[in-house]
Amino acid sequence: MAADPGLAIQSNRLARALLYAALILFAVYFLLPLFVMLVNSVKPLEEIRGGNMLALPLAFTTAPWASAWNSAQIGVEPTGLSPYFWNSIKMVVPAVLISTLMGALNGYVLTKWRFKGDNLLFGLMLFACFIPFQIVLIPMARILGLLGLAGTTAGLVMVHVVYGLGFTTLFFRNYYAAFPDELIKAAKIDGAGFFRIFQRILIPSSGPIIVVTVIWQFTNVWNDFLFGASFADFDSMPMTVALNNLVSSSTGVKEYNVHFAGALLAALPTLIVYIVSGRYFVRGLMAGAVKG
Amino acid sequence: MASLSVDGIEKKFGATEVLKGIDIEIESGEFLVLVGPSGCGKSTLLNLIAGLESITAGEIRIDGDRVNERHPKDRDIAMVFQSYALYPNMSVADNMAFGLEMRGMPKAERDAAVAEVAKLLQIEPLLARRPAQLSGGQRQRVAMGRALVRDPKIFLLDEPLSNLDAKLRVEMRTEIKKLHQRLGATIVYVTHDQIEAMTLASRIAIMNAGELQQLGTPRELYDRPTNIFVATFIGSPAMNLIPATLALTEGSVTVAIGKGDTQEATLPLPSDDGLQEHVGRDVILGLRSEHITDTPVADGDGQTRSPLTCHVEVTEPTGPDTLALIRIGDIEAMARLGADTPIRPGKAARLSVDMAKACLFDPETERRIGS
Repeated sequence: MAADPGLAIQSNRLARALLYAALILFAVYFLLPLFVMLVNSVKPLEEIRGGNMLALPLAFTTAPWASAWNSAQIGVEPTGLSPYFWNSIKMVVPAVLISTLMGALNGYVLTKWRFKGDNLLFGLMLFACFIPFQIVLIPMARILGLLGLAGTTAGLVMVHVVYGLGFTTLFFRNYYAAFPDELIKAAKIDGAGFFRIFQRILIPSSGPIIVVTVIWQFTNVWNDFLFGASFADFDSMPMTVALNNLVSSSTGVKEYNVHFAGALLAALPTLIVYIVSGRYFVRGLMAGAVKG
Repeated sequence: MASLSVDGIEKKFGATEVLKGIDIEIESGEFLVLVGPSGCGKSTLLNLIAGLESITAGEIRIDGDRVNERHPKDRDIAMVFQSYALYPNMSVADNMAFGLEMRGMPKAERDAAVAEVAKLLQIEPLLARRPAQLSGGQRQRVAMGRALVRDPKIFLLDEPLSNLDAKLRVEMRTEIKKLHQRLGATIVYVTHDQIEAMTLASRIAIMNAGELQQLGTPRELYDRPTNIFVATFIGSPAMNLIPATLALTEGSVTVAIGKGDTQEATLPLPSDDGLQEHVGRDVILGLRSEHITDTPVADGDGQTRSPLTCHVEVTEPTGPDTLALIRIGDIEAMARLGADTPIRPGKAARLSVDMAKACLFDPETERRIGS
């Protein structure tokens, strides 16, 4: 409402500048740890001991990465993180696929095949999102024992599917709530059954929410430490637990550069998932919120 | 093509009674329009016929076979939805072929059937497109095509034109009528638009608050509505409802407009069938605007026009004729005058009323009385 339009533009510019300054500050704040990790993972150990964590490497080396991957001491054997990386993959891929598919089915039933008490059931499923991990540790250990899945990758997959179901159901239910019922009616009249409608009509229209769910589940399952530490044996131990063992080993010299490289290796898959599908993630989160 | 019987259908959602015993019988090849204000249960009835909702009581028969327990896909019906409900992830051709595919028709036959219907509806250039790439009118055509390609026993159309703009709606209305005449299909069509109902239907079922008010040809509903609801729902402008009293003048029954002492006009009725018992009682005189005109009253046999003196409040030229808001005492009514009428607003005028077309209603029961 300034009388002078020039003044209005100027104050607008100032606000812009302040806004960008704040954003840049935050960006630096968030990127600094990544920078420290990257820089120090390609330095020889002596340079780190020299003191300046923020300095660029004088002698560039990939040895810490190689060591972290296949020769660092984890537990008894000098295997590096690679076997545990594959353990994590073997756990994450089925856990994500199963929990996403089941979440989609749940969302489909809860919105398109309504039954008495469906909202109550959904409310109860939402509880799964709020139960802290620690509470289920002992009952879950008992169940895994009874099922004969204790210490196996299959057991971990089951734990993560059960725990992820609340979230995946929530995502798909809200997405499908906005999906027109008339399409389902049309498909019923066209002669499609329960699974045909799901497979031919719903799933092909669920791209954005599948991406959101997969990213969400992938990061959660990949980054989980507590379940991995509690329920895995030495052969099924996921990457996060192995990284902890690498970093907190009490024998020998602390190889910080190897630790940094190992931590980056552990973070790499989730980073890649975000970079590849991040824009779909935002699009998917917005899909239910904004009409049109 | 098939006949359809709706026999004593009731539907409850919990404690709410949505349909209270509907009976409708249509022959093969009829075009039935279900019309009524929103919330009258017309779409629910359509969903019951389709099998998308369960029936609380009563029976639905297609070609004489009870279909109550049949799944929608086994009723051999096709439905066109208000939103068109085209599958967004499929091309137009796949949308049309989906129902055939679900019924296990081989690909070559499906393609041939789709091509034939696409030609009929002139949507061949659209076959490879997605629904999102179509205009409203094109989507409407594709939705019709998806129903036609199935060649079902009965077509169910749920307000198929209400999402189109006014001009396109009129075009598609004619288009649907042409299709019906060409294919001789049995159609049940739901709308809240009384003009669509009048123009399309071979018979109209007019509903209100879960009850069937009247089932008949458009002409019957227009000329001989069974009650005040039907009388005012059909026709635009709505039928004039004028409080009046029945009297006996020189041995014949007449309608005296206005109540008690303030009688404004007395109009003789050409027929007094079934009216004697109402003589001396209050009635409601129903007159459509086109029956109050500036046509002069001619002498002679079979003359049913009666003069009426009134005050003209407003005139509204519509092109083919002029609508006039008139006042008879303190009662307002719409009259339809000639396009070049000399009658001007603010003045008294002498009009004529065609009493052969008048309807009389009982103010208590709101039902029509007399023959």
